[in-house]
Amino acid sequence: MSGYLEGVLVLLAVNVVFAYGGFLPLAAGQLNLGLAGFAAIGAYVSAYLSNVFTLAPVIAIPLAGVAAGIVALIVAVPVLRTRGIYLALATFALGQIVQAIILNLEVVGGAAGYPVAAFIRLPAIAAAAAVVVTLVWLLFATRFGIAVTAVHDDERVADLMGIDVRAFQIAAFSLGSAITGIGGALYAHHFSFIEAQYFNISLSITIVLYVLLGGTQTVIGPLLGAAVFTLLPELLRASANWRYVAFAAALIVIMALRPEGLVTGAQLRRLFGITRAEPRAAAVAAGLPKERAG
Amino acid sequence: MLGSIYAMVAVALTLSIGVLRFLNFSIPGLFMIGGMTAWASLHGGMPWPLAIGAALVAGALASLLVERFTWRWMRNAQHFVPLVSSMAFLLLFEHLAVIYWGSELRTVPSLFPNADWRIAGLVISLPQLSGLVCSIVLIWALTLVLARTRFGRGLRTIAEDSDTALLLGVDINRIVPVVFLISGLFAALAGVIFALNYRQVQPFMGEMVGLKGISAMIVGGMGNIWGSIAGGLIIGLVEVMSIGYFGADFVDIAIYGLLLLILFIRPTGLFAADFAGQRA
Repeated sequence: MSGYLEGVLVLLAVNVVFAYGGFLPLAAGQLNLGLAGFAAIGAYVSAYLSNVFTLAPVIAIPLAGVAAGIVALIVAVPVLRTRGIYLALATFALGQIVQAIILNLEVVGGAAGYPVAAFIRLPAIAAAAAVVVTLVWLLFATRFGIAVTAVHDDERVADLMGIDVRAFQIAAFSLGSAITGIGGALYAHHFSFIEAQYFNISLSITIVLYVLLGGTQTVIGPLLGAAVFTLLPELLRASANWRYVAFAAALIVIMALRPEGLVTGAQLRRLFGITRAEPRAAAVAAGLPKERAG
Repeated sequence: MLGSIYAMVAVALTLSIGVLRFLNFSIPGLFMIGGMTAWASLHGGMPWPLAIGAALVAGALASLLVERFTWRWMRNAQHFVPLVSSMAFLLLFEHLAVIYWGSELRTVPSLFPNADWRIAGLVISLPQLSGLVCSIVLIWALTLVLARTRFGRGLRTIAEDSDTALLLGVDINRIVPVVFLISGLFAALAGVIFALNYRQVQPFMGEMVGLKGISAMIVGGMGNIWGSIAGGLIIGLVEVMSIGYFGADFVDIAIYGLLLLILFIRPTGLFAADFAGQRA
């Protein structure tokens, strides 16, 4: 396998992990704009643990995920008292702070960047990505998935049904941040060098876009979104700027025509011929406002 | 001075969030379009009033384009969908500007050389002062329009409940583009003032200012116009003071730390109003 191909596939696997990190809060109706900050926490914690304490990546990477999850928990508990856009703004501020702190933290090289000694190759990263995807998929087959979807569709009704809305939002948000931290750690151990500038707001936005393009209704959506938008630019081989222009234009069009993303639940059910009652489609047909129907 | 630029960007943002509940991430892009167009037309030999006019028109047109493809289409989708589209517009504007003008830092010619006033050892530059006066007058005019005119009343109805406004005969599709027009003008004018004062523009100039404008808006309370001016001045002050006391490296930590703190303690901002213009 050529080095180029391996690089692309590693990036694909890392982006898939990132996408699931962004998917969990979005599936509960919350936007996390600080994903890059959590990825940075994961990357730097794992790099530091393996460099200074010579921990094996197989131990350091999960610990990095735990660290990112704990930071997320600390932020989510006070902020999620309110509804709407505030969590997005708080996470955005957090992402900026994490980046600014790392830039000033000389222990990990500050603005000069931080080399990572322990190196992992594609098979390990692909396996890690597969584990993450499987775990999220299994998680969404449990009551957790049903509850989170209910919160996403209508918080008030979910509350009436006896679901602890805030607990599920905090759980989804923290778990997603932990996964993002793992993604950052995987990135750090393959590319052997990390710098704070990489983990900027554009990275957060790009990850959110992968998820929204794929769709937040199904577990397969983020996988598809990350895959399409990692591989397509490589195939097109356009210059970096035109690539961004095309990406942005595609996004605007898709958001206008399919605001729920490329893959929706109703579509999958139709595809696999599951012909049970379709409350969502029925509700839309009856002319209810769309936000109630999901 | 930086504070009044943040305040103008914050007013542009707060207008759209107060009326439409839409965090318009394309506003940093409109700010950049204002600054870059002003540079390009001055560079092309246009006299400065024309150049400023061209910049404002470009910003307003771009803002109307954003309206067409974000709020109008997606007002019934999930609350973050228009936000994501406006982020895509920011990316689009920035990279089109890079393709068209290149990514280098461009120097804006100085319009008013020796236009500094020296009063009791205090140097006041004329462009800075006129920028400050200009923004305060415009913001004051905006609050008057919101409070007194028929348009302002329609706007406040939409802010309260857009469906009810529609039922009461408010023509949403006529009024909402005007909101975008005004916020586009404010953002572009802030960009022009920035370009004339700091005399340097580049395609990514909107990001830092825009992000701080968002902070200013939250500090002041979303949807509150006078609050966002106070927020802009506070953010400008915190920036200057943290440079003075801790050094330039800690500016971002100070500003975004303040923002996070306010979101924890008082998420509706320091001077929250229920919707735009209510207390104006």
